[in-house]
Amino acid sequence: MAPAVRLREAVALAGNFPLLTGVTLEVAEGEIVHLQGPNGAGKTSLLRLCCGLVALCSGEALVLGHDLAAERRSVRRDVGLLGHSSFLYDDLSGEENVRFALRASGLSGREAAARTRGALDRLDLGGRLASTPVSRLSAGQRRRTAIAVLVGRQPRLWLLDEPHAGLDQASRDLLDGIVAESRQAGATVLLSSHEVARATAVADRVVHLGGGRVTEEPVHAA
Amino acid sequence: MLRDAALVCGKDLRIEMRSRVTLNQVVPFAAVVMLLFGLALGPDRRVLVPAASGLFWVAVLFSSVLAVQRSFALESADDAREGLRLSGLDPAGVFLGKAGAVLAELVVLEVLLAMAMALLYGAHLAGVPVLAASAVLASLGLAAVGILYGAAASGLRVRETLLPLLFLPVVAPVLLAATKAWNLALAGTPDRADGWLSVLGVFAVLYLAIGTVAFGSLMEDR
Repeated sequence: MAPAVRLREAVALAGNFPLLTGVTLEVAEGEIVHLQGPNGAGKTSLLRLCCGLVALCSGEALVLGHDLAAERRSVRRDVGLLGHSSFLYDDLSGEENVRFALRASGLSGREAAARTRGALDRLDLGGRLASTPVSRLSAGQRRRTAIAVLVGRQPRLWLLDEPHAGLDQASRDLLDGIVAESRQAGATVLLSSHEVARATAVADRVVHLGGGRVTEEPVHAA
Repeated sequence: MLRDAALVCGKDLRIEMRSRVTLNQVVPFAAVVMLLFGLALGPDRRVLVPAASGLFWVAVLFSSVLAVQRSFALESADDAREGLRLSGLDPAGVFLGKAGAVLAELVVLEVLLAMAMALLYGAHLAGVPVLAASAVLASLGLAAVGILYGAAASGLRVRETLLPLLFLPVVAPVLLAATKAWNLALAGTPDRADGWLSVLGVFAVLYLAIGTVAFGSLMEDR
């Protein structure tokens, strides 16, 4: 079976600034990989490369069978990113935000509505919270709404960048349960979290990053 | 593509209905511009009526800059623009959807401004079919150019000042043709406006075609 992610000497730049300096990494389908490293190691850039938000400058990058050098837009319908931002519209309710994201991913109106209700209930955001504009939600509730988008979309590859940030204890446990469920459903997960013990417990494997590349040993902050 | 366009257009209009930025800020701005033009030219109807069309379209042009900036401000909050890129929506559909929403807002604005023009300048609104046709075609051109250049400027720190600099010179033909068509309609000779309507139509089709092709590249990181 082809790996979900295969990177060979992948280099990414922001202008002249190196984001990734030659990452070689293979992630099997259904695997959960925890990316570890100090700030600036390249964890966020690697996740953004895998969903096509960062352009590949040189090397090879195959994600879910798509060559990111040639078709980075094509991979996006199969990939879900939980980034530092929530990608939500302040004037829309949580329900409207999730439904829009699911419709945008290609689902029919009926299917999107059903999945939206299920996802919001799963994240304990049903009832009045669902119809509240997200501008009035707390940071944690916004974060859970963003997670509900992923739960509803059911992507084949989950990219989770500091997924525990801003969540209370119960929500962190809930998220870990969702990650485990997504793996059981066959999804692959790449996650980066400074909650090392929690992320390592849910992961199959830890990959260390430093200076924009994979390292053999853990890299500590300078 | 059309499904995606309808989805994005519906989302933008729903946000506008909630926030009422166009109604509460852009329409009063345009009305103040019309009033100031009237004050500058004085109360003499022999001066105001012949100038009414030009003043109307200059006010619409300034207002359309605000409408386009608002359209991209929606996407800059909480990095929603990245969410849009990740959604898997057809970029051409996103372009048409955002242009459609701006078109709808401009048409509402123009109806209100036309009433203000009749009230403030004493202009008699004759030749309504030509007025309506030229308004729709001109708005379509303004919306297409605005969304195209709005996307080009949206990732830049100087976007607020750059957009008018890019946008206003390009839409000079719209100002000219729409003003001529309205002058002819208001003068009771709407049948002579066909040539100017054709100019507006060609301009709108040209920029819709360019936007449909180019928008995807403009949405990606440069």
